[in-house]
Amino acid sequence: MEIKILKNILGANDRIAAKNRELLDAHKIFAVNIMASPGAGKTSVVLQTIRALQDGVRIGVIEGDISSSIDAELVAKQDVPVVQINTGGECHLEAVQVQDALNNLPLAEIDLLLIENVGNLVCPAEFTLGEHLKVLIASVPEGDDKPFKYPLMFNTVDALVLNKIDLLPYVKFNVDGFTKTVKNINAKAEIFKVSCTTGEGITTWAKWLNSRMGKPLKKRITST
Amino acid sequence: MHELAITQSMFEIVLQQAEQAHAKKVTKINLVIGAMTGVVSDSVQFYLDFMTKDTIAENASVSFKTVPAQARCRNCNQTFNLEEFNWTCPHCQGNIIDVIAGKELFVESIEVE
Ligand SMILES: Nc1nc2c(ncn2[C@@H]2O[C@H](COP(=O)(O)OP(=O)(O)O)[C@@H](O)[C@H]2O)c(=O)[nH]1
Ligand SMILES: [Mg+2]
Ligand SMILES: [Zn+2]
Repeated sequence: MEIKILKNILGANDRIAAKNRELLDAHKIFAVNIMASPGAGKTSVVLQTIRALQDGVRIGVIEGDISSSIDAELVAKQDVPVVQINTGGECHLEAVQVQDALNNLPLAEIDLLLIENVGNLVCPAEFTLGEHLKVLIASVPEGDDKPFKYPLMFNTVDALVLNKIDLLPYVKFNVDGFTKTVKNINAKAEIFKVSCTTGEGITTWAKWLNSRMGKPLKKRITST
Repeated sequence: MHELAITQSMFEIVLQQAEQAHAKKVTKINLVIGAMTGVVSDSVQFYLDFMTKDTIAENASVSFKTVPAQARCRNCNQTFNLEEFNWTCPHCQGNIIDVIAGKELFVESIEVE
């Protein structure tokens, strides 16, 4: 006997992601899922974004990337709540892990939640976490042919940050060709060119991100 | 890479549906997988063989229906198959497209006794 099912395999993840989204919305938190291959600069972009926005926006971080020093850096600064997820060697974050992490964050004190996903261009594209925005970090040394190799990832994201543009003089990378390819695969993607080393382009990126949050922020508690 | 998580979710759906139907045995699982998902069928089968041990789905075979990646051109509105390294519309050479198929990932049906 054949039983028709027609059920999305990732339906369970999607349902938990929807719950995460409800919780985030209830707390007026804007969540960003940051994806990239290992070493592209996810942690660097997170740190730069914090520096750029910290004065007006209260930021929290979920750290899913195992090879990361963000914990140490942020603890040293002592002003951004961060939760590290132990992915146990998994290749992507799942909604249920973010659900756990949310339980361990002071949600009432966060406006912007930056989620650093596991370094991988294949799997995270399919696992939604409840985020409002998907961002892909690509970097100049990885080469300009990445969009063709990972079309699903490039097709899925709302914004693309091309990092390490300070290396353009030394690496063969066709920025115009790359930009065209990305627009071809994903017409809606916003593209930003930045260097976390020199700080170039960071303000433009951060301003756009801030504008996408698009709702009145909770009042920032400033110590006097 | 992500086959383990995908196989796990898939297996949960299969077991739940089989139990609902009071099936004694699951003999076949029919999956629909979009070409863009990058899911490797051999690994799904590999993980599934592990998971189904001592369950009603032990020895079930898996069939994969692959859906080719397809796009619609925003310029001329025609649809075409997406080939790797070529995302330009073959009809008008337009290069703004929307992906309309190839991201599928679902259990279509199961065969039970
Ligand atoms: N030259 C250059 N190096 C960078 C830039 N951003 C990050 N890096 C370096 O790239 C490496 C990986 O960065 P990281 O942020 O840890 O990447 P992640 O693995 O994606 O989190 C580190 O050694 C960074 O110092 C950049 O804009 N330019
Ligand atoms: Mg990192
Ligand atoms: Zn066309």
